[in-house]
Amino acid sequence: MQPIGYGNLTPARLDATFAALADPTRRAILARLATGEASVRELAEPFTMSQAAISKHLKVLERAGLISHGRDAQRRPRKLEAAPLAEANEWLERYRQFWEESYGRLDELLEEMKRTAKPRASGRRATSKRKGRRER
Amino acid sequence: MTTTKAGGRALQVTTPSDREIRITRSFDAPRQLVWDAYTRPELLKRWLGAMPGWSWAVCEMDVREGGRYRWVWRGPDGAEMGLGGEYREVVPPERLVTTEKYDQAWYPGEAVGTVEFTERDGRTTLVTTLRYDSKEARDAVVQSGATGGMEMGYTALDTLLASIAAA
Repeated sequence: MQPIGYGNLTPARLDATFAALADPTRRAILARLATGEASVRELAEPFTMSQAAISKHLKVLERAGLISHGRDAQRRPRKLEAAPLAEANEWLERYRQFWEESYGRLDELLEEMKRTAKPRASGRRATSKRKGRRER
Repeated sequence: MTTTKAGGRALQVTTPSDREIRITRSFDAPRQLVWDAYTRPELLKRWLGAMPGWSWAVCEMDVREGGRYRWVWRGPDGAEMGLGGEYREVVPPERLVTTEKYDQAWYPGEAVGTVEFTERDGRTTLVTTLRYDSKEARDAVVQSGATGGMEMGYTALDTLLASIAAA
């Protein structure tokens, strides 16, 4: 529940991004590409996986817009595309912000409730206390 | 990224399983007060949601097992956002389990939210876990191609959770 505008983030795109990020091999590939371009063969090296299997992962990443490939027809080096990752991060950040803002108001409300705590509000802690001896 | 104020009040958002999202936060108050702030409409309205430009239109809560709740916010240009559901477990002041479903339901099924209130040394830790229906939900969201403002926010949440679930 977060009634906030989400600008130009499209659900389908976020969906593709998060789905792509949900796999450890694909995250490892992205981490590798964060250090620079690499060919499929180079990307396959650290994994005990066929190039075909790696290519499948690359296709998912490519469809999500997380990577692209260069013009070199032979090598087709893959490179990282930062924008979708930034969008996904922005979404998570807003989600977090919604709760942080709500909880920030809850902090203030709780302070106020502590100051004016009635027996009803503070339960057993206040039932036996006279007025003037209430907590805070 | 998760730091708010001093005093260990940092908000944490985690994904403990493939269908869940969990929000953890502690408060400098005994849990009875936090419970009240969650279960009494006049208190809840003062802190939950209500972003700039939006205000509460409906806040009805029948806080008992089997009771229902309904929340609606009204925004610019008459836009409305509503959700509601049922109280499944009400164990004051420690545990609240509700179902939740938005009016703009792009996904089948309901989410189930569990809020756990734990008190220690006068401070309360609140752990909120939302559990979602998965695969079908994700497909529905993708097919709907929902666009525009606030709806996007809700859709994005469901999309994220469904994505994680389906992975």
